[in-house]
This record gives sequence, structure tokens and C-alpha cells, in this order.
Amino acid sequence: MKIFRKLKSNLSESFKGVFRNFSLSLASIFCITITLLLVGISIILSYNVNNFTREIEEDLTIVVFLDRGVNEEEINTLRNDISVLNNVKDIEFNSKNSIKEEMQKESEVFNSILSEYTDETNPLQDTFLVKVDDINHIGETADKIKRMEKVDVVKYGEGSVEELVKIFDIIKKITYVAVIALVVVTAFLIINTIKITIQSRSREIEIRRLVGASNAFIRQPFFFEGIILGFLGSIIPITICCYGYTYFYKRLGGQLFTAIIPLIKPSEIIYTLMLVLVCVGVVVGAFGSFIAVRKHLKV
Amino acid sequence: MQLIELKNVYKRYNNGVTALCDVNLTISKGEFVFIIGASGSGKSTLIKLLYRQERPTRGEVYVGGINVARLRNGKVYKLRRRLGVVFQDYKLLPKKTVYENVAFALEVYGLKNDEVRKRTIKALEQVGLKDKLRSYPSELSGGEQQRVSIARAIVNNPKVLICDEPTGNLDPSMSMEIMKVIESINIDLGTTIIMATHDEKIVNKMKKRVITIDKGMVVKDTMKGKYKDENI
Repeated sequence: MKIFRKLKSNLSESFKGVFRNFSLSLASIFCITITLLLVGISIILSYNVNNFTREIEEDLTIVVFLDRGVNEEEINTLRNDISVLNNVKDIEFNSKNSIKEEMQKESEVFNSILSEYTDETNPLQDTFLVKVDDINHIGETADKIKRMEKVDVVKYGEGSVEELVKIFDIIKKITYVAVIALVVVTAFLIINTIKITIQSRSREIEIRRLVGASNAFIRQPFFFEGIILGFLGSIIPITICCYGYTYFYKRLGGQLFTAIIPLIKPSEIIYTLMLVLVCVGVVVGAFGSFIAVRKHLKV
Repeated sequence: MQLIELKNVYKRYNNGVTALCDVNLTISKGEFVFIIGASGSGKSTLIKLLYRQERPTRGEVYVGGINVARLRNGKVYKLRRRLGVVFQDYKLLPKKTVYENVAFALEVYGLKNDEVRKRTIKALEQVGLKDKLRSYPSELSGGEQQRVSIARAIVNNPKVLICDEPTGNLDPSMSMEIMKVIESINIDLGTTIIMATHDEKIVNKMKKRVITIDKGMVVKDTMKGKYKDENI
């Protein structure tokens, strides 16, 4: 009961604290708001970049052209050999006849040329379409397949793929670093603003110490105050990011400029975003006040 | 064991100033002690050691059985709950009423509201301020403010009341008023009083134990002592 009475008085004290120093509280809230807004935007960006890279990576395929005249048995053994490779996620067979039909459907010119060939004389090659788990090792996998028997040519867009992979990696790292840096900056700003708030109440802390309040007891109201400030500061960024992104998504029809760059559906991202922003606000607020009070607890 | 005991206490500040030098003292329960000395003599340091504002560089300080010298920062509250401290500048919270200022000291115990009320009113009665409960410190005279801070210091029934120049900011008549209050606490509640001062008149009039400090050393310790001159 004692604990609850203490907690109750400290909770009401922290609410009072927020309003008693309203201008300073407002400054802290504002500062949290702006930085969280930036954090929110960079989270949305990094999510989208990741999504885009994933999409691209999923589209990357190794095309395996088989020797002309392979029989069905050889195709099956080859299929097994390839699918047991480490990095292979998915393998699909595309026979030369189906390729021929596809091509014929595609254009009149192909149609007239290809119709002269029968199934036996078809100049096209049977192919396997191989998808991989890890895009970074696509080259090695392609090499392994190339060394197998009955394999003629292996294509996966060498060169350009490696470039792409590198660029995506860099973009990913940049967005991560940006998010982390922003969170750190937020923490720093909040610590400073709360420090100013607490400075004006150092007398109160001093007297509390003198009348026999334990450090934990003194910290409590400031701790809650930090949480309240962090929470209040996260409301506007959450609203802007969630509604803003949804609006943006609808306005652009789910893609950025072209269908190649699809955007993440808002429903997939906004709940995580809300949670992350509230957590960052609250944790950073609490941590900030914790650090800021510490200095005053040595009287 | 005595209520307060100092054994071979040295205090040297980081800036190299030696404030106390081999101080040995005992004060028993219920005593009324003046600590006098010129500015810079070390009496403030001595007082600060008692409520663990400062730690001794060497030696031991016992207050109510607690070894103050070894008390960790996080445990200081245990000591402070056993004593009351009154300062020259009152240290009241300007945005709280008289009642709230006194009740503030009880907040840390998590008492029930009516218990807080009872004890707060009792303490304010003791200092004669029962009719000013709802005033703010700025509406009170200096003497009245000091009485509020005394009420705050005694509201948790401490064994020791430490006063660091409580009359330093007050005129002579108000000072006497405060001294009456402090003496009544000593007599009525049996609280040990330790008071640092350089108010000659008060010391001469009260006729209590007087400990004189000069250049960080106890140079005189007399019962029913007097404040003779500054340059002993």
C-alpha cells in the first residue's frame, strides 16, 4: 500500500510537472516531435528501399541453357543435381517447345519464322530457370551449374547483377545508419531539454534529498515526466507519417514513377511504424530524464 | 554509544583547503550545542559532515549509530530521515503553501493522508504557525519562513535537529523568536539541537554548551559557555 501511495503521489507530481513548466515541456515535446518525424520518414524510406531490393532480388534468375538433344532422363537428373545445390531456392523447367510457342504468341515475325521448324528441328534450347536464396552468391551457383554435364550456357546478367547487389547493400546500410543516427540525436536533444527543465527544479530535488527521499523516489516523477513527454511528442509524427504515407501511396497508385519501383502497402508498415515511434519517444524520454536527474542527486 | 561522535576527523577540500583538522567530539542525546567560530573557521564544514553533505577525508563520523563517512550516496536518505536540517536561507519551495512545504517532507514515507495531515499540523503548531497553513512563503516574514522550515525539519520526529546559521538572515527580535522555538523543541520533544551560529547575543543569552572552532580545530568546549571574542 505504501508503495502505491508513493507511486500515486509521484505520478500526479509528474503530470503537474509537465504543466507547471509548460513552456519548457512544450520545447521538449516539440524537439521530440521534429526528430521523431525525421526518424519516421527515414524508417518509411528504408522499408521501401528494402522492399524494392527484395523485389528485384526475387526477380533475378539464372537461366540454364541445355545442350541440344538432351533426353528426358538427362533433364530429370540435371534437375535433381541443380535443386540439391546449397543456394538454389526454386527450379523451373522450360522446354524448347513451350519457349517456341511463347515466342510465336509474342510477335508475327517470330511466328512466321518459327512455324517453319518442327519439334525436332526446333533451334531453341531447353532451359532451367533457377532462383537463388542469397543473391550475393549467385555467381558461384552459376559456376557450379555451368560445370555440370549437358549444360551449354548459363546466364544471370553477370556484371550488372553484381553492381546492383553492391548498390542495394550500400543503400540499405545508409538507411540503417541514418535511422540510428537520428535516434541518437533525438536522445541527445531530449536529454538536453529535460536537463534544462530539471535545472529549474534543482532546488526541489535538493530539498527532497535533504528531507530524506531516496534517489529512486526522487527520480520517479521525472522518469514518468520523461515518458509523458516522449509519448506526447510521438503523437504528431505518428499521425503525419501514417496518414501522410497512406495519402502518398494512394496518390501515386502504389508505385514510385514506374511499376518497377513498387511501394509497400501502408497497412504493412504503419502499425510497426506507430509502435517504433512511440517506443523510441518513450524510451528516449525516460532515459533522458534518468541521465539528466543523475547530476542533481549528489547533494 | 553517544548520539553523535566524531573521531579524528580531517576534511580537506579538493582545492587544497584544509577545513577540519583532527576534530574529536561527542554529543549526547537531548543536548543543546552551539558551534561557533569566525567565517571560514570550519564550522559549516562540521555541520555538513553531520548530514553527509560532505564526507570527511579521514576519520569517523557517527550519527545515531550510522557511520556517515562510509555512507554511500544512494543510502544517504537513511541518515537524513533521522535528522532535521534548518538552513540560513530556509530552502522553502515558493510554489507550495506552508502546509504543502511541511507535508512535502512526509511524502517520502508514503503515509495515509490523515496521518500526514495530523503530523503536519502538529509540527506547525509547535512552531506557532497553525493559522498560516494556506499562505505561500513569499507572503510570510523571514522569521515565519524560518519557522516553516523548522516545522518541516521536525515533522518526521528526528532525533537531531541541525541548524546551520538559522538566524543569519533575521533581525535580533526575530532571531530570539526563532531561538525560543528551537529551545521549545529541545525541551518539549527532547530533540538534540546542534546549531552553528556567529550571533554573539544569542549564544550569551542561551547559556548552553558551546564548541568553538578555529582554523579547523576545536579550541574550546564549555558548558554554559559564552561567546567571548572572535579571535580566540
